[in-house]
Amino acid sequence: MKINELTKPWSAFNYGFLDESAKREIRRRTLKAVAIPGYQVPYASRDVPIARGWGTGGLQVTLTLLKPDSVVKVIDQGADDSVNASSIRKFLAKVGGATETSDTTEATIIQSRHRIPEEKLREDQILVLQVPNPEPLRPVQPDMSIAREMHGDADYGQLWLILYEQLVRSGRIMQGSSYPSMVNGRHVMTPSPIPRWDVPKLNQADHLTILSAGREKRIFAVPPHTSVEPLVFDDVPYRVEDHQDKTCYRSGVEGFFMNELPQDDGSSLYELSDSHFGIKSIRKAEGEPVTLGETWYKNGRME
Amino acid sequence: MADAFFDGRTPAIRHRPPRLMTAAPILTMGGISRTYGDVQALRSVDVIVYPGEVLGIVGESGSGKSTLLRMMNLEDTPDAGTYHLALPGRVDDNLFTLDRFQRRMLRAHHIGIVYQNPHLGLLMKHSSSGNVAERLLIAGERNFAALRQRAREALDASEFPLTRMDARPSELSGGMQQRVQLAKAIALEPALLLLDEPTTGLDVSVQALVLDTLKTLQRDRNITMVLVSHDLGVIRTMADRVMVMRSGEVVEQGLADQIFQDPQHAYTQQLVHAKL
Ligand SMILES: Nc1ncnc2c1ncn2[C@@H]1O[C@H](COP(=O)(O)OP(=O)(O)OP(=O)(O)O)[C@@H](O)[C@H]1O
Ligand SMILES: [Mg+2]
Repeated sequence: MKINELTKPWSAFNYGFLDESAKREIRRRTLKAVAIPGYQVPYASRDVPIARGWGTGGLQVTLTLLKPDSVVKVIDQGADDSVNASSIRKFLAKVGGATETSDTTEATIIQSRHRIPEEKLREDQILVLQVPNPEPLRPVQPDMSIAREMHGDADYGQLWLILYEQLVRSGRIMQGSSYPSMVNGRHVMTPSPIPRWDVPKLNQADHLTILSAGREKRIFAVPPHTSVEPLVFDDVPYRVEDHQDKTCYRSGVEGFFMNELPQDDGSSLYELSDSHFGIKSIRKAEGEPVTLGETWYKNGRME
Repeated sequence: MADAFFDGRTPAIRHRPPRLMTAAPILTMGGISRTYGDVQALRSVDVIVYPGEVLGIVGESGSGKSTLLRMMNLEDTPDAGTYHLALPGRVDDNLFTLDRFQRRMLRAHHIGIVYQNPHLGLLMKHSSSGNVAERLLIAGERNFAALRQRAREALDASEFPLTRMDARPSELSGGMQQRVQLAKAIALEPALLLLDEPTTGLDVSVQALVLDTLKTLQRDRNITMVLVSHDLGVIRTMADRVMVMRSGEVVEQGLADQIFQDPQHAYTQQLVHAKL
């Protein structure tokens, strides 16, 4: 018997880049996160070949979910073609043999920074959100161990107080992205820096969302069909950004979340933030046989 | 059992007619002892408080007054001793057995406290009305207009000038800060109001005004109060009964008049005569 019959054949890296114990760690933590919706589960964050703060948390989760038949979409603020998004996508294809896509409806795993696609996700799809700061209590409690106790006690009075103060001082809620939201009636989480427009998409969704912060080493999750309620007063309704009547200057599509492009004359142009949704809309208008998925918002409103 | 306190909403401030003093105590503490390192801060202290009365606690610095009040507010647990509050709809158990969450809910709904140091009782960066609103938010109020209204009512009852209700406590005078603490403490009509030297450090004239407010509140709402002070003058104006403490022990207690006119214990005699 020779030594090379007893050992595994040499390869440059393990399937999915992470070693099996790292994947096992993340799988266990993710299962716990799914079991306790919105609860931040600490995990041992590994090094991956991108810098901290560029989606290492999301990448580790995606690498753990990866299968050879996975179809991955990676977006950065809605765009598939940013340098960071495309290099993460290429990396996933290289180390996991995954198929790359820009089409939300084709993807099995969507890793995203700061946006949720406009086309409704299905139960066979998983959304992985990159999270820079997982702790919604950070503004009121810098001490992490006390913040954990506060979550334990559902002690969220001071988060509500911040909203109260904004209404008193400015007459409206000033919180933009990362709007604190109550998950399953128990834990308040930050939905990551997605706009207010996207938060209602998490409520009672068909898909699983996993949120992961690499630097802060926290995973949390919103399982399918789970309530996600932005913190709001009974008499001050939740408002999304006023984009329902904006028209995308490239595609002519209206009623979705837009990027604002300030012009020299002081006016603004708008373009769809979900860039591939825009591309598909243009192709469809030009008569190509593309399928647009069902969207969460219809005519600028979510029912 | 926690759910008994975490019932979401509590009614707005009600103005009740004064109750008759009943024989059943609202607060009963027995055999409270607490040691910090080699300091025995409390030595088997017994306390009884009746509904609607003001119990004054006097004693020199370090005699254990604040420690005892912290126990009443369930901020600390003694080495030995029991604590019961007679609250409607509550199972009568030793409150020191409650966990952190249950204590927080009990405090939120039934106990108000005013500290000598406003930094202990207030969030200085938030508005005054917000400090009161936080109490109501913890108790489950989720209507913005109702929060404003209830905060306004509590501040008004504390004789706080409503034009300044959204000013930060850090922008207010010491007397006004104490009124914000008081508004926060009474916002949910607590069964028990704890006051730890609420007027110490204030100008004598301001002190008199704050004491007036306390007296008015006591008269109009018949709130049960435990007032700690080392100032016999304050105790004399406010208290129905007095407890004198020294080195963690109760050396004498009785009706206020009795203590001031005919002190029995040598230590109390010293205190009273030094004051007169
Ligand atoms: N958390 C603590 N750790 C250590 N020692 C403590 C603690 N709390 C109180 N003590 C000690 O217990 C004793 C009683 O303190 P306490 O604050 O109750 O006195 P007090 O009667 O309120 O005095 P003062 O009139 O100065 O406010 C003091 O010797 C104090 O140093
Ligand atoms: Mg003291």
